[in-house]
Amino acid sequence: MRYGVLTAALAATVAFQVPQLARAADVEVIHWWTSGGEQAAVSVFADEFDKLGGDKWVDTAIAGGPNARATTMQRVLGGDAPAAAQFNPGRQYEELIEGGYLLDLTELAQKEGWKDFIRPESILTNACEKDGKIWCVPVNIHSWQWGWASIPVFEKSGVPVPTNLDQFLEEAPKIKEAGFIPFAIGGETWQHAGAFNNAVIVSTIGKDGYYKLFRDKDAEYARSPEVTKVFETWRKLTSYVDEGSANRNWNDTTNLVITDKAALQIMGDWARGEFAIAGEKPGVDYECIAGPSDKPYLTTDGDIFVFPKQDDPEVEKAQLKLASMMINPRVQALFNLAKGSLPVRADVDLELADACMKKGLALLDDPETVITATNRFLTEDTSGQINDLVAEFSFNSSMSVADAQERFATIIENAD
Amino acid sequence: MAQRPRRMPNIQSIIGCIPMIAVSVGVFVICIIYSITLSFTNSKLFPKFDFVGLMQYERLWDTPRWIISVQNIWLYGVLVIGFNLIFGYLLAAFMDQRIKQEDTLRTIFLYPFALSLIVTGLVWQWMLDPNLGIEASMKNWGFGWFEFAPLSNPATAIYGVIIAGVWQGAGVTMAILLAGLRGVDAEIWKAARVDGIPTWRTYLFIVLPMIKGALATAFVLQCVSVVRIYDLIVAMTQGGPGIATQMPAVFVIEHITNRQNAGIGMAAATMMLLPIIVLLGVRGFFQWRSARNAKRLERAAVATGGLS
Amino acid sequence: MTAATSEWQASAVEPRVDAGPRGPKPRRVSIARIGIYAFLVMSAIYFTIPLWVMVVTSLKTMPEIRQGHLFAWPSELTFEPWVKAWAEACTGRDCNGLKPGFWNSVKITVPSVIISIVIAAINGYALSFWRFKGSEVFFGLLLFGAFVPYQVVIYPLIIAFREMGIFATLPGIIIIHTIFGMPILTLLFRNFFGALPMELFKAARVDGAGFWQIFVMIMLPMSVPIAIVAVIIQVTGIWNDFLFGVVFAGRENMPMTVQLNNIVITTTGIREYNVHMAATILTAAVPLAIYFISGKWFVRGIAAGAVKG
Repeated sequence: MRYGVLTAALAATVAFQVPQLARAADVEVIHWWTSGGEQAAVSVFADEFDKLGGDKWVDTAIAGGPNARATTMQRVLGGDAPAAAQFNPGRQYEELIEGGYLLDLTELAQKEGWKDFIRPESILTNACEKDGKIWCVPVNIHSWQWGWASIPVFEKSGVPVPTNLDQFLEEAPKIKEAGFIPFAIGGETWQHAGAFNNAVIVSTIGKDGYYKLFRDKDAEYARSPEVTKVFETWRKLTSYVDEGSANRNWNDTTNLVITDKAALQIMGDWARGEFAIAGEKPGVDYECIAGPSDKPYLTTDGDIFVFPKQDDPEVEKAQLKLASMMINPRVQALFNLAKGSLPVRADVDLELADACMKKGLALLDDPETVITATNRFLTEDTSGQINDLVAEFSFNSSMSVADAQERFATIIENAD
Repeated sequence: MAQRPRRMPNIQSIIGCIPMIAVSVGVFVICIIYSITLSFTNSKLFPKFDFVGLMQYERLWDTPRWIISVQNIWLYGVLVIGFNLIFGYLLAAFMDQRIKQEDTLRTIFLYPFALSLIVTGLVWQWMLDPNLGIEASMKNWGFGWFEFAPLSNPATAIYGVIIAGVWQGAGVTMAILLAGLRGVDAEIWKAARVDGIPTWRTYLFIVLPMIKGALATAFVLQCVSVVRIYDLIVAMTQGGPGIATQMPAVFVIEHITNRQNAGIGMAAATMMLLPIIVLLGVRGFFQWRSARNAKRLERAAVATGGLS
Repeated sequence: MTAATSEWQASAVEPRVDAGPRGPKPRRVSIARIGIYAFLVMSAIYFTIPLWVMVVTSLKTMPEIRQGHLFAWPSELTFEPWVKAWAEACTGRDCNGLKPGFWNSVKITVPSVIISIVIAAINGYALSFWRFKGSEVFFGLLLFGAFVPYQVVIYPLIIAFREMGIFATLPGIIIIHTIFGMPILTLLFRNFFGALPMELFKAARVDGAGFWQIFVMIMLPMSVPIAIVAVIIQVTGIWNDFLFGVVFAGRENMPMTVQLNNIVITTTGIREYNVHMAATILTAAVPLAIYFISGKWFVRGIAAGAVKG
């Protein structure tokens, strides 16, 4: 990197002239940001990218993470990979890295010094680095451990907004009596597994238990009474679900809390974007409960983009430009404010952050309360099996807690 | 059909048939063999020829979601085919009673078949929505006790899908069986009437066996569409609630894409192929047997002819 | 497969829908007769209700939909959902409604229908008059293909299409529809040509006409009726296809059914059921129009066409 600066300077001049000289490239991006708040966020990326001139953001939005990832995989398989694709940081795209299907971002990352400002560093080294090379751009940090409560619903039911799940379960019958949906959840399997794996497991058995299960894949522990409590809690929670849950999207479910029809939803902090776009105020209209637990932890889940290799060198240039733009401090600020997520760099101006975001930032600043997301430990195959299991357990009340736990333990045992 | 003479191989004919040869061998032989081969490997997203024996099959039959998918397709298949045949035959028999509005009614019974299964799935999902669909409407009319939201409950969701399946397929069955009924010799009716056999008995015991061909056609059509059921699930339930309405076709597609486990996906696909192969095998056996019996009879006839 | 062949031939090529009803002549209005009509009318209601619900819902405003009168005629007619579904509904940042999907479906359907029918006609013709060694084996394999679940061959086809460089292209999806339309169409044409008098063919041979001459000059003009049946089968089948469209068409050629599903599962804010229903009707419009116009021709195509379903 002796000539790093010089190269960078040259590259900058070249890049500056490129729009006039070169043919503009279309950069197709596959993502699953289709809800109101997410749309606002992805528009930041798209508009900022188009503003750079020359190249164009071509939007392929597919509702539902699993659906979008399926499309990406199918198209890589068929040799028609998009120029950029969204994933959750972890093992979802390890096949693509191993197969050599991704554009190597190492040079760009070194030039811009990503390692110096991306925080926590693990989000880059854990998720994007493999064999000393950088394969993806982290764009935000999301955490699953949030309860979203409608303050008016709790008031009308005559109970206080809870701070943990046990308290909520005590209050739930009263909420139901008052004619509200106590626990709002949709039909997609990932909603169930997400809330279960992250919020319920973490708030019931804590950070250590969580790591024992997902990182160490300790099947013995998965069969222990502590984990039984997790399944019992989940069984109780899902007994307060409404009839319309079967076919519902996550954002339609959030809308039930926004419109004061449901009391509580457990959903990642991306739900905040929905409240924001509906003009709701934290502390007045809704409350965000970290954990939901008195001793909350946050996972550093989030979104990353990979850039599958393309034949056209123009597209490749545009891909690098997009990667660089996504991590740009100004774009990071704009994007994350709209998205409700936290930026991946500390030097971002977050003056506009609301109370919920600040709560999250404080937790993330303390390494003690930060944990690594399940996607880092589990393949899509394994997470898929857990998704199926938890969703079945949620809806099928004839499946016993013991059976569910045993099946969970078996999945953990066989995970690679 | 008259026997066609076998001619000298004509090069033009072979050239004209190149697409057919390519498809029949390339797609329906090579691709299938390829898929079956992959089911014995641990291929992830991309094909990989590390053979692992029957491991994928063992895991497949150990996967609750696959078991549920198989149960669902049997339940769906038996009920939808059964209902369509019974309902379709009833409709056909009733339509056969010199109904003045026959053309109008046939148009009505048959139109769902012209619709995409995506459309069918979306419409029925909407009708069965507990908050806005039939249930809500009945409650609005003052039937507060009325409950009809099968898709919301995992125990009943598959029946909701069946309602849509029958809606789509009963009309076709009716049309095929009606065409069959119209092919029955008019003398049969006269004879039955002279003998004083009630109409319903004629339909059930005399005519029904006579339209075996139409019944078989209708049955085969239904079977093929049942095995392939995919679009309806995608549009109607996405396999939910939970995994209550999962189907084998959905399992395969999800595992070769998002779940990145082509090995188990292809094992599941091979299992889907199995009943078809068994069915065709059984059919081929019976054909072979009847052909053999015919030949024996022929030979016997020749032999006796020679003696006399 | 010969038994199946003759069955299909019987119902597909020589349908007896024109023959009169065979039931006993009704003498007077009897209880049985009332029962028959009651059953038929009830069935007709079951079949009509979804179409009715689609239409009325698409003409209602969202507040009215939320009141939950599913079957009621809209108190306040609005055509806005239709406009929105056609030209403004969003999936992600693309807010062009179903219009591009409609044209994509046209782009896919028209060439697929023509190519698949021409190839199938040649196949049927060759199998009837120009058999060569192995031709029946290939035909047998093709018929087997009519029963194969698509999921069995999709994965290898994706890989094969990648190698040929036609994955996610218009030619790619057209070839896919040609492949999967071939078994049933070939059967249809084979049965049709097989029923033609052999003398016709022999006379042409005596005059010295070759394979292609006989096909173009004699066989094609005669096969107009069966071609119409084939067109009906193919247009409805291809228009209604979802699985192949979602896998093989690619982003630029996404057919209408795929786009409809995307629009419906994407919600930004509130779920607009009226727009969804209008979009659903728009997607169903082409096959429905073909169905209503073609009438009895459609019935003819069914026995053969449904095998594809």
